[in-house]
Amino acid sequence: MDLGKDQMLEMYRAMTRIRLFEARVRDLATANEIPGFVHVSIGEEASATGVCAALRPTDRITSTHRGHGHLIAKGGRLDRMMAEIFGKRTGYCKGKGGSMHIVDFALGILGANGIVGGGLPIATGSALAAVVAQRDEVTACFFGDGASNEGTFHESLNLAAVWKLPVVYVCENNGYGEFTPMRTVTSVTDIAVRAQGYGIPGHVIDGNDVLEVYRCASEAIARARAGEGPTLIECKTYRWEGHVVGEQAFLGKASYRSEQEVAEWKTRCPLIRFEKFAAESGKIGVAELEKIRVETAAELEAAVKFARDSPLPDPAEVTDDVFSG
Amino acid sequence: MAQTTYIQAINQALGEEMERDPLTFVMGEDVVLSAFGATKGLVDKFGLRRVRNTPIAEAGFVGAAVGAAMAGTRPICEVEFASFFYCAMDQVCNQAAKLRYMSGGQARMPITFRCVYGAMGGAAAQHSETVYAQFLSVPGIKLVVPSGPADMKGLLKSAIRDDNPVIVFEHGALGGLREEIPAGDYLVPLGQAAIKRAGEHVTVVAIGAMVSRTLRVADRLAKEEISVEVIDPRTLVPLDEDAILASVQKTNRAVVVDEGHWRGGAAADIAAIIGEKGFDFLDGPVRRVTTLDVPIPFSPPLEKAALANEAKIEAAIRAAVGR
Ligand SMILES: Cc1ncc(C[n+]2csc(CCOP(=O)(O)OP(=O)(O)O)c2C)c(N)n1
Ligand SMILES: [Mg+2]
Repeated sequence: MDLGKDQMLEMYRAMTRIRLFEARVRDLATANEIPGFVHVSIGEEASATGVCAALRPTDRITSTHRGHGHLIAKGGRLDRMMAEIFGKRTGYCKGKGGSMHIVDFALGILGANGIVGGGLPIATGSALAAVVAQRDEVTACFFGDGASNEGTFHESLNLAAVWKLPVVYVCENNGYGEFTPMRTVTSVTDIAVRAQGYGIPGHVIDGNDVLEVYRCASEAIARARAGEGPTLIECKTYRWEGHVVGEQAFLGKASYRSEQEVAEWKTRCPLIRFEKFAAESGKIGVAELEKIRVETAAELEAAVKFARDSPLPDPAEVTDDVFSG
Repeated sequence: MAQTTYIQAINQALGEEMERDPLTFVMGEDVVLSAFGATKGLVDKFGLRRVRNTPIAEAGFVGAAVGAAMAGTRPICEVEFASFFYCAMDQVCNQAAKLRYMSGGQARMPITFRCVYGAMGGAAAQHSETVYAQFLSVPGIKLVVPSGPADMKGLLKSAIRDDNPVIVFEHGALGGLREEIPAGDYLVPLGQAAIKRAGEHVTVVAIGAMVSRTLRVADRLAKEEISVEVIDPRTLVPLDEDAILASVQKTNRAVVVDEGHWRGGAAADIAAIIGEKGFDFLDGPVRRVTTLDVPIPFSPPLEKAALANEAKIEAAIRAAVGR
């Protein structure tokens, strides 16, 4: 489980790709260049990155409405993601899905999801497929603190536990579901304690520390792959931005969290945290990180250009892909 | 008289009915802060006992509304986007809809469900669906689809006072629509259609957001002396068959316009009723203008191609009158 330098740099690259992509998507949505609802995950880069870094390319994930980060961490291409978010034919879903529904089966990404809790049974079923087909694959399931109150969460954990399915449930607890503080609608402070009710291990970890996430996920994934069943990992984290881009327009003067709380969490930035670690380790130079940032900025520029230059779908494509065959 | 928006109309109806009956209460996700504004300010007046934020747990809180209704209160339960009803189908269709009948008339089920339906621009397949048809073949649930602020207020108030489960469908793109609402305790009875425009040559039954679009098309066609009668059923269950059939008897032609799908939708249902009960009045086939039978796509040109729109409404009316 010792991380090599290259692997660590790749994790930094993934977090940087997520951060820059999300900031750009937020700005493009604010400028009305992107239609529909857009949820970004700035501040939550470490959980997506740490978990996906511990997965194999043949492993699978399910994601959420706030899914860009998970997809990028699993290897999603920024250009095809951006094109999808723009509604272009060159996007991952030919423009049919948009921000909340990006899917790339080739990368083991079974999809973002517009339905809170919708991914939990799907991830469970993906793990079931590995058992039925006798394949050595693990599925990681991302979901929020809010989703852990859906029946699908509870039914999935029990099912995966009794069948010892190779799945890792990753709860990204950012303290809110939309504008409702978690503590007002959730019976426990730590979602991970719910694992006990289903007889599986549950861990609470610092979701903004990519190395801690990686270590914890690696163990859970190894356990799953060995046939020992599911694990619930709760990553404590925070979203820096609103629930949905543009929420201020309808919230008006109403607010649901304090500026001080947001500012406090910004001091626990997952990227800065990693940069400090890198400096202290003595193995990774400042220039190496800077190089990654420059390369990623260029990748992102190319992705935006690709999305802008790509054609919209032809209206005749509207009836394609309802059924296969 | 002041102009009121569709959202304000909801807010007024809720406030007035909560004032009127202390056993009413509102629950749903984020109803305290109210993202869309429908429940805004209610907590200041009625407190957290009667304005309750739920966990994201549709099967659970929809079912809790069923139990609370059976135990003598009058819940008003918000299900945010209409597609989220799918997460709570057992409690709506197996429990709320059936328990009065199955208990030999013992259960009373005074629940009002509110939800946002319809395409609002790039919200994609899981947030754009028109889902009322899914409940049409479950006897025991009333279905209300207000097309403007005044109807919204009057119908929602009637829904809250009704002793049955009623789902009120709010179109996501109509929130800012403005209209004058009659003063006082304004009620619109469930089961009474409205003739939104009188005409001679063709009856167009239009539902929800399609009403204003159909009226715009009718205005344009009037310049060519095509006289269109526009009927808004306002409630799909109960359905004012008499009003629809009387109109068809007069015009001898019928078009049904709905944002739902072509197969198995509200338009199919109403067209079948006209075909069966109004066969002798008809000079031609009943035509349907609906959304294509595809999930609502995200990309704007695809979404536009999928949806019922003014061009499609106009083409159907022209085909019906042969001009
Ligand atoms: C079944 C369902 N209910 C409600 C919603 C509306 N909704 C979208 S995101 C969200 C909050 C989700 O909270 P959480 O799971 O904590 O994820 P976060 O947004 O914090 O990442 C809600 C209520 C939905 N999309 N699906
Ligand atoms: Mg959350």
